Amino acid sequence: MTISQVSFGSHEPVLDVKDLTVKYIGDTRSTTAVDRVSFSIGTGEVFGLAGESGCGKSTIANSIMRLLKDPAKIAGGSISFGGKDVLAMSPEELRRFRWQDVAMVFQSAMNSLNPVLTIGEQIVDIFTTHAGYSRKESLRRAAELLELVRIDPARLKSYPHQLSGGMRQRAVIAMAVALKPSLLILDEPTTALDVVVQQEIMAQIKDLQRELGFSVLFITHDMSLMVELSHRMAVMYGGRIVETAKAQDVYANPLHPYTQALMGAFPPLTGPRVPLTGLPDGVKFRNIPDLGEAAPGHLVAPFGADASVIDSANLEGAAR
Amino acid sequence: MSHSLTLPAAGSTTSTPALEIRGLGKSFPIGGLFTRSSVRALHGVDLTIGRGEIVALVGESGSGKSTLARCVARLEKPNSGAILIDGVDILKRDRFQASRAFRSQLQMVFQDPFGSLNPAHRIEHFLRRSLAIHGKSGGTEEETRRRLEDLMTTVGLQADMLNSYPHELSGGQRQRVAIARALAVEPQVILADEPTSMLDVSVRIGVLNLMRKLRDEQGISMLYITHDLASARYLADRTAVMFAGEVVEEGESLDLLANPAHPYTQLLVSAVPDPARAGSYDPVRRAELRQAVMASTTCAYDGDTNQACSAEEPVRHQVGDPANRHWVRCHLYRPWAGAGGHALAGEPAQPNVPPSNVQEKASA
Ligand SMILES: Nc1ncnc2c1ncn2[C@@H]1O[C@H](COP(=O)(O)OP(=O)(O)O)[C@@H](O)[C@H]1O
Ligand SMILES: Nc1ncnc2c1ncn2[C@@H]1O[C@H](COP(=O)(O)OP(=O)(O)O)[C@@H](O)[C@H]1O
Ligand SMILES: [Mg+2]
Ligand SMILES: [Mg+2]
Repeated sequence: MTISQVSFGSHEPVLDVKDLTVKYIGDTRSTTAVDRVSFSIGTGEVFGLAGESGCGKSTIANSIMRLLKDPAKIAGGSISFGGKDVLAMSPEELRRFRWQDVAMVFQSAMNSLNPVLTIGEQIVDIFTTHAGYSRKESLRRAAELLELVRIDPARLKSYPHQLSGGMRQRAVIAMAVALKPSLLILDEPTTALDVVVQQEIMAQIKDLQRELGFSVLFITHDMSLMVELSHRMAVMYGGRIVETAKAQDVYANPLHPYTQALMGAFPPLTGPRVPLTGLPDGVKFRNIPDLGEAAPGHLVAPFGADASVIDSANLEGAAR
Repeated sequence: MSHSLTLPAAGSTTSTPALEIRGLGKSFPIGGLFTRSSVRALHGVDLTIGRGEIVALVGESGSGKSTLARCVARLEKPNSGAILIDGVDILKRDRFQASRAFRSQLQMVFQDPFGSLNPAHRIEHFLRRSLAIHGKSGGTEEETRRRLEDLMTTVGLQADMLNSYPHELSGGQRQRVAIARALAVEPQVILADEPTSMLDVSVRIGVLNLMRKLRDEQGISMLYITHDLASARYLADRTAVMFAGEVVEEGESLDLLANPAHPYTQLLVSAVPDPARAGSYDPVRRAELRQAVMASTTCAYDGDTNQACSAEEPVRHQVGDPANRHWVRCHLYRPWAGAGGHALAGEPAQPNVPPSNVQEKASA
């Protein structure tokens, strides 16, 4: 696999996260959920953030959306969107930023629809309050929007409980792109859905992305799905990024042992059946250093014997 | 482990199967007092697990996988069919006298490794109790102790973890404890219902490897229930595909997933994300498959004089080399229209009424 240019679209990143550190402040002790994380996303680029539960992915997404609540605290770093300092935005600026510049779809978003309003009423609401369109114009656009995610516009009159989980999640995605944001954050958007529905929704997001040209921050713990969909990706562990590169390079040549373990966790559907090892229970990496360049555009945290501490208490028998 | 019994080599098929399910049916009544209807969770299911064999049962959520496991574990009473363990129909046996002997033949491992362990007890307590209930403690305290330590080692845990509480363990470690607890009983069959789906992805393979090791070393037969086709292929000798409460295709895992014959299996296989397979999503093909699953008008075996098709009877067609034990149900035989809980049945046409206070939810 050759390494060509890493950039997609313009060189000016849409989103630039630098040294972001987020802590959850507790009574007795604080957790550093995100630890000096840096990445940027270009125009029209799909950037994946992988790593298993608790590694800090949602905390990053919520930081970008400025949705962090107590006891979370941004302890350092910067987030810039289209050159604007997100962390310095006023409430008024934030209101616009959230729907029109950046939109987010999270795992159980389909359950966050208002149960007593029809889908149509909820979409129309976005247009009238955030874009100032008339009711009639809003309705027309709402119908268009549903067609965009291949839901029959007749469904505008349906209540959320009358739609399947997959359809509800598609409706939420339609609402997220309603105001044509330049960045869409997808936080495990299909984790609760069956694989067939998941694939259809992801294909639709890809189509939408091509059509509307927005950038995507795609969060999942499913490496196969991530590699299929992302241009570039980063792998997180314990609040740190341990590796980042073009998705195909991470897939073909994972360098960090944790990335390798994540890759090894997904047996292939073709080819010979070979034993995989995954990550033994109880193995931990600590004091993960800053990323270094292993190849052009392929950055990895050094993992020499002294750089990461492997807790070998339970190595035995775990894998084989 | 110091097991007294020696077991036949894995995969020997000549003897009585470890588990044989015949024509299993199960319906759940749904609705209120006045709307008597029922959801058909299982219908005419046949499934055989040979001694030392691992069989995977795959399908989307709501297809009936857990109901099948619960029927076999006698947590649910089937409406019809037979379940034979070691050739003996457990549904016919007297409930009281059968239960202990039965449970020591068959153990279940559940999805949630936390839910099944009472947080107030140390790990040792769970294993000790399993040993005691099934009379496998051995004579002396020293023997019991050795047995406990053996169990821990077998599932890849340190013996000193016997003193830990469940919350001190990771999800993967807790699932290993759940497996150790099942092993304490020296079962012939383990039913594992999505045992890795709640675990962190990087430790899932370790648990699958453990299951394989138990089969290889102790000859334990297993039913591995999963919605993850790739893991079924990785672990299981054979795989059965369940759709709307019926098995629609079955075969040796590698052959089945390389040459899926039923449109439902094809649909599942084509939906698995696989970076090695570029451009896997084709909306036109997808629409065709959906149509073929719900209302096929053709069958690949139509006109085959040896394997007549039938829209009335659920006949099976043999796929390829008989050595692969691969069969597919005739496509002309349609799924039950009222089959609940699967994504393919499409959206039921519903009147536009606001939700009332009734939150309908059929599944548990
Ligand atoms: N409200 C909270 N209070 C305290 N700690 C939290 C809170 N939310 C998240 N955390 C901690 O922050 C870390 C990262 O969580 P999260 O960003 O949700 O991870 P992910 O999305 O990758 O699963 C976890 O270790 C979690 O325990
Ligand atoms: N206790 C129950 N009462 C009513 N319906 C049930 C019950 N248990 C399962 N079902 C229904 O039976 C079908 C099969 O469910 P299940 O066996 O849990 O599927 P799976 O494990 O494949 O997801 C579903 O339609 C489900 O809603
Ligand atoms: Mg999260
Ligand atoms: Mg289930």
